[in-house]
Amino acid sequence: MTTLTDQEFLRYSRHLLIPEVGLDGQKKLKTSSALVIGTGGLGSPIALYLAAAGIGRIGLVDYDIVESSNLQRQIIHSEETLGKEKVESARTRMLGLNPHIQVDVYNEPFIAENALDIATDYDIIIDGTDNFPTRYLSNDIAVFLGIPNVYGSIYQFDGQSSVFYAKEGPCYRCLFPSPPPPHLVPSCGDGGVLGVLPGTIGSIQATEAIKMLLGIGSSLVGRLLLYNALDMTFDYVNLKKNPSCPVCSENPTITAPIDYEEFCGVPGHHTDEWPSEWDISALELKEILEKSKPILLDVREPHEQQISDLPNSVNIPYGELASRMSELNTAQEIVIFCRTGNRSLHAIEILLGAGFRKLKNLEGGINEWAEDVDTSLPIY
Amino acid sequence: MPSIKIPTPLRPYTEGKQIISIEGETVGEALSFLLSLHPELKEHFYKEDGQLSRFANIFLGNKHIITLQDLETPLLEEDILRIIPSIAGGIDL
Repeated sequence: MTTLTDQEFLRYSRHLLIPEVGLDGQKKLKTSSALVIGTGGLGSPIALYLAAAGIGRIGLVDYDIVESSNLQRQIIHSEETLGKEKVESARTRMLGLNPHIQVDVYNEPFIAENALDIATDYDIIIDGTDNFPTRYLSNDIAVFLGIPNVYGSIYQFDGQSSVFYAKEGPCYRCLFPSPPPPHLVPSCGDGGVLGVLPGTIGSIQATEAIKMLLGIGSSLVGRLLLYNALDMTFDYVNLKKNPSCPVCSENPTITAPIDYEEFCGVPGHHTDEWPSEWDISALELKEILEKSKPILLDVREPHEQQISDLPNSVNIPYGELASRMSELNTAQEIVIFCRTGNRSLHAIEILLGAGFRKLKNLEGGINEWAEDVDTSLPIY
Repeated sequence: MPSIKIPTPLRPYTEGKQIISIEGETVGEALSFLLSLHPELKEHFYKEDGQLSRFANIFLGNKHIITLQDLETPLLEEDILRIIPSIAGGIDL
């Protein structure tokens, strides 16, 4: 029978005072386990609040290292842990907050090959991931293991959260049977995100996880929370189980992890392996500009030009490209760039479809130009 | 006139508009009206084979249209349709 130490009685006093938690609830949390996928923007508040709440065993999966641009929102990390593994950075902070818990770290990507091994023996999965392949994998693993998957997702000022628990309601695939094709996927790297937004959504996920582990309250099972920070609105829509869901229906067609990268048509993890025959490096562009005058097409948003810019470039934001490509000439050489080379690559797909052929993609975007050619420009 | 709320990720395709008044007596007619105004949105709703894709789900009030009469769901004057897109958050893909 689990007991609390004197130190723990004192530490968890404010929980013990709530009838819905109390001593039995706190003991329940102490014997519970939770697996947090991702220790980034969402994972930061999730891991911190689960640690503070005294969840006995918390698993962290991530394979990134802490970078300066993370600290605008990933508050579990710090200047002191720049360059360190995120899971180790997070573990140190969590144990500093609460030494009475166990933190198990998995410094590896969460993929089909290892996901079941990692997630087995956890009571709940909390999805703090940043990409579709891992989201679908987290969902499927939770369904296979019969445990809840606490979902959260963010974009700019918008957030979504739900609890996908196939035993009691729909799963993620019931709502989104398949992911959008990659060129329709807006990512926070492209579109940005308000730093506090993952704090709000991650805290909601932590709340739902703790409620599920305690078995109290009305959960987000069967409901999707829609949050908008700019308008400060919270809305809900009802979700129903899809009777023909490939994973959680009575007759599933998917009963083991699949190839999620292929399913989503994207690499699930940070990779340099996105092949592009159109890529040129910043140094190659410098040489080209010394000899000729291609059109420099900037597909970033106008406000990004205030941060850094290439002289004589033409700005057509990615989202407007399809409707404004008549402003471009198929006969002219066009070098397309964005911040890091992602949007520009998708822009090439759009232009190829419209008959453009003389295209180049600035690999690494204007940030690579700032690193290798014009070091007076900031990298963002 | 019914209206349709455009979520942030799709606003680049609607010139930044958040709410668009739509004509149509059913969800399907309303969607066709929206796509006639902003044809680039089409691939967010339909697959190449013409089936609804469900990358972006359509809700009437707080109910998914597939739990109603799908595209045949009738619309009233004051109805507000909501589009809920899949968002992943995070990395540069």
